[in-house]
Amino acid sequence: MNWPILSVVTFLPLLGALFISLVRGNDELAKGTARWVAMWTTLVTFAISLVMVARFDPTSPEFQFVEKHPWLGIASYHMGVDGISLPFVILTSGLMPICILASWTSIQKRVKEYMIAFLVLETLMVGTFSALDLVLFYLFFEGGLIPMFLIIGVWGGPRRVYASFKFFLYTLLGSVLMLLAIMAMYWDAGTTDIVTLLRHGFPLGLQKWAWLAFFASFAVKMPMWPVHTWLPDAHVEAPTAGSVILAAILLKMGGYGFLRFSLPMFPSASHDFAPLIFTLSVVAIIYTSLVALMQEDVKKLIAYSSVAHMGFVTMGIFAATTQGVAGGIFQMISHGIVSGALFLCVGVVYDRMHTREIAFYGGLVNRMPLYAAVFMVFTLANIGLPGTSGFVGEFLSLIGTFKTNNAVATLATIGVILSAAYALWLYRKMIFGNLKPALAGIKDIGWRESLIFAPLVALTILLGVAPKSVLDMSAASVAQLLDNYQHAIAAAKTAALMVQ
Amino acid sequence: MMNSLTQIQALLPILPEIVLASGAMLLLMVGVSIPWSERSSAIVNSWCIAMLVLVAGILLWLPAGRYELFGGSFVLDDYARFLKLLTLIGSAGALTLSLDYLQVEKQQKFEYGPLFLLATLGMMLLISAADLIALYLGLELMSLALYVVAASDRDSVRSTEAGLKYFVLGALSSGMLLYGASLIYGFTGTISFVGIAKATAQGANIGLVFGLVFLFVGFCFKISAVPFHMWTPDVYEGAPTPVTAFFAAAPKVAGIAIFVRATVAAFPGIIHEWQQIVVFVSIASMVLGAFAAIGQRNIKRLMAYSSIGHMGYALVGLAAGTPEGVQGVLVYMSIYVAMTLGTFAVILSMRRDGKLVETIADLAGLSRTHPTMAFFLAMLLFSLAGIPPLAGFFAKFYVFLAAIKAGLFVLAVIGVLTSVVGAYYYLTIVKIMYFDEPVKSFQNMPGLLRVVLCIAGLINILFFVYPAPLLVAATAAAKSLF
Repeated sequence: MNWPILSVVTFLPLLGALFISLVRGNDELAKGTARWVAMWTTLVTFAISLVMVARFDPTSPEFQFVEKHPWLGIASYHMGVDGISLPFVILTSGLMPICILASWTSIQKRVKEYMIAFLVLETLMVGTFSALDLVLFYLFFEGGLIPMFLIIGVWGGPRRVYASFKFFLYTLLGSVLMLLAIMAMYWDAGTTDIVTLLRHGFPLGLQKWAWLAFFASFAVKMPMWPVHTWLPDAHVEAPTAGSVILAAILLKMGGYGFLRFSLPMFPSASHDFAPLIFTLSVVAIIYTSLVALMQEDVKKLIAYSSVAHMGFVTMGIFAATTQGVAGGIFQMISHGIVSGALFLCVGVVYDRMHTREIAFYGGLVNRMPLYAAVFMVFTLANIGLPGTSGFVGEFLSLIGTFKTNNAVATLATIGVILSAAYALWLYRKMIFGNLKPALAGIKDIGWRESLIFAPLVALTILLGVAPKSVLDMSAASVAQLLDNYQHAIAAAKTAALMVQ
Repeated sequence: MMNSLTQIQALLPILPEIVLASGAMLLLMVGVSIPWSERSSAIVNSWCIAMLVLVAGILLWLPAGRYELFGGSFVLDDYARFLKLLTLIGSAGALTLSLDYLQVEKQQKFEYGPLFLLATLGMMLLISAADLIALYLGLELMSLALYVVAASDRDSVRSTEAGLKYFVLGALSSGMLLYGASLIYGFTGTISFVGIAKATAQGANIGLVFGLVFLFVGFCFKISAVPFHMWTPDVYEGAPTPVTAFFAAAPKVAGIAIFVRATVAAFPGIIHEWQQIVVFVSIASMVLGAFAAIGQRNIKRLMAYSSIGHMGYALVGLAAGTPEGVQGVLVYMSIYVAMTLGTFAVILSMRRDGKLVETIADLAGLSRTHPTMAFFLAMLLFSLAGIPPLAGFFAKFYVFLAAIKAGLFVLAVIGVLTSVVGAYYYLTIVKIMYFDEPVKSFQNMPGLLRVVLCIAGLINILFFVYPAPLLVAATAAAKSLF
């Protein structure tokens, strides 16, 4: 059987969105239809993406499920996944049903539009991870701004306008420079096909400029210090599911971009700029962890912790060792699950009390024992406790970095301690202590919420004790990536020696 | 007998213009001779649309290839075909937008449609012009008709002021253009673009460059590029709204068309002389268009600044001076026309209690009161901002692609940065429509406007699905110029 499975996974959500847009009326029935259609669309998409996993050959470093059709003349519709992108596709399609479920009751106004925005966003996110053409990639990458802008702006909190504009303009500003770099690459290589470009050696000068342009885009998206300031605002104002998508998937586009483009296409520039990345990563890890310690808003705290955790990712990727890159990928997947889950945890209490102020909560364990347990799992995973998925990613990226630069790795380890400080502090403040009188009537999580958390808890622990499933999936691709990288660096060094 | 037949056959390439000219005069005479009534005027105006469609049909029917007429002063090539078709679409679209407006505002005048036709005729001649005289004739025919339609709402102070302002400044710019043309003639001894190209193949002396600058002043005025843009916001705001839509679409296409043809065909040898001018004008237009639009409250003024910015982007392609660049310009203008017509379809539907409202704040909560209209307008605005996967992104993509190839990195970087600034004010409108609480609902959208909006909106949204036809046509058209 030879059906375009990747295109189906990518565009099925769009089809669901079209279907919802045909639903008329604004009553409960229409809302229910929109919810169920969105639910089933995302579930089916997830199921098909699992079929893809089953058929995926992890021993091959090549792109699989490849589709190629002529499209723009200079660019073609070229899709495919390898061991690096497949985990992200699965993460996206797996989290979407959870997001829909999490919005089931908390979103009551403009349900149809909300579901449409999410489904369109899913198409664009999956497309970003599976595009094998730079122009196509840019299309998906930037297109995601529109639905996310609307999600934050229409269903967000009180400062939603500010947050949505900041999100949109920051990301756009970063990306337009990347677009110019894409054009420069096209004129140098004569194609925008990623598979071809991965083998194309760019001249050093172009590598540097293009690297910087891509860096501008991905650093904002990631986000890296000091261009991270849009993230806390966007997170605080976005509705719960929006925060989940933002933290779990949109941020990963930056890391994915570094892995897919910066490292393999501009190896020399990556090598030369690695100290810059290391510095920014360490600053992000330590500084934003300290900032997280000072937060009064739960979501803001988790947002800053996201920036810190992404610091480990960039550090690991640009360490350019097997452990570092594998750790970076694993950390992204793990952070996708854990931070997404943490935002869902915040959503649970926010739906009940409509505030995210940490000081408002206290002693929740007395009324919500199940919630306390769930929250604890994710808090510990966020800290990176061995046995949870958070540990594997941090540990691997630290080891990988230690091999190339032990000072950076040592400094980054401080961040692990700090993350324990803020996460445990948050947990103690909210869950333990005396029950605040205002919380006397609060209810524990119901069956729908349990349904949301069950798979996430299971995955967090499963990936913590058996990380091989993800690591094996990407091993071959990572090995090939680094092999090419080392060769390119060695060749550049020889060339430099020849000149001397 | 044989001889006259071949002579008539030789006139075939100019048949669209002949039909349009006769049609315009015929309809004008019909309008004069039949007793005046709202209804008869409406009929004349609708016939004008049919006339434009007919001319477009003839244009498509004409055999392919390159033809020269009248000793080389009129040329029909793929480039001219492409842009004429685009102009006709722009004019027909704007005229379609007018019908409902004229009726509701009790502005029915039979001269309205024929004036559109005459302006369009001027544009078509302009697009085909291959010497300085033909250029000037086409430009003046277009401009004179435009001055009159700008003031077509005779009893409105705003409209007459707009017409007068446009006329005075337009006449000034025509004078400059004429002065430039005479200088060029004086220094090269020829008026034909081919001849000028030969004369300037080995570089140009300072007098010729002077002439070139004056010629450019005229062009920049017509396409409202900075620093000759001052008339645009006032005229856009003052003119009746469908006329503004017309101004924003068709004359811009013709202006850019002749700008590109004259520069590329007549001055290829001195690209270094004019490239810096175009780069400056382009940067200035993009920057001004982006920043000045931020403070606007009136949506017509906003569209004026937006169009100034867009002309800047289109000129990025010309600045490259390569076939890729011209292709970029053509793609840009095509998508620009679609976006503009769609946006004006919404602006013309902003009618509350029988009166057109024009401030951006009037759009508040449109997504609640008119979801479909709001959705299409939002998509058009995102497209104007150049966000993928909408058509506006591809428009910008191709011009910048050419600029990068030509090594104009500074221009490209400034261009994309201003597009981020520009995104801000487009987003502000989306914000008002989607995030703000609704104010009193607009009246229902008239059917014709709905059609225009849907077509323009769908073109913008779905362009990425099947972009090949436009790209192929633009490539062929651009090639025919080199």
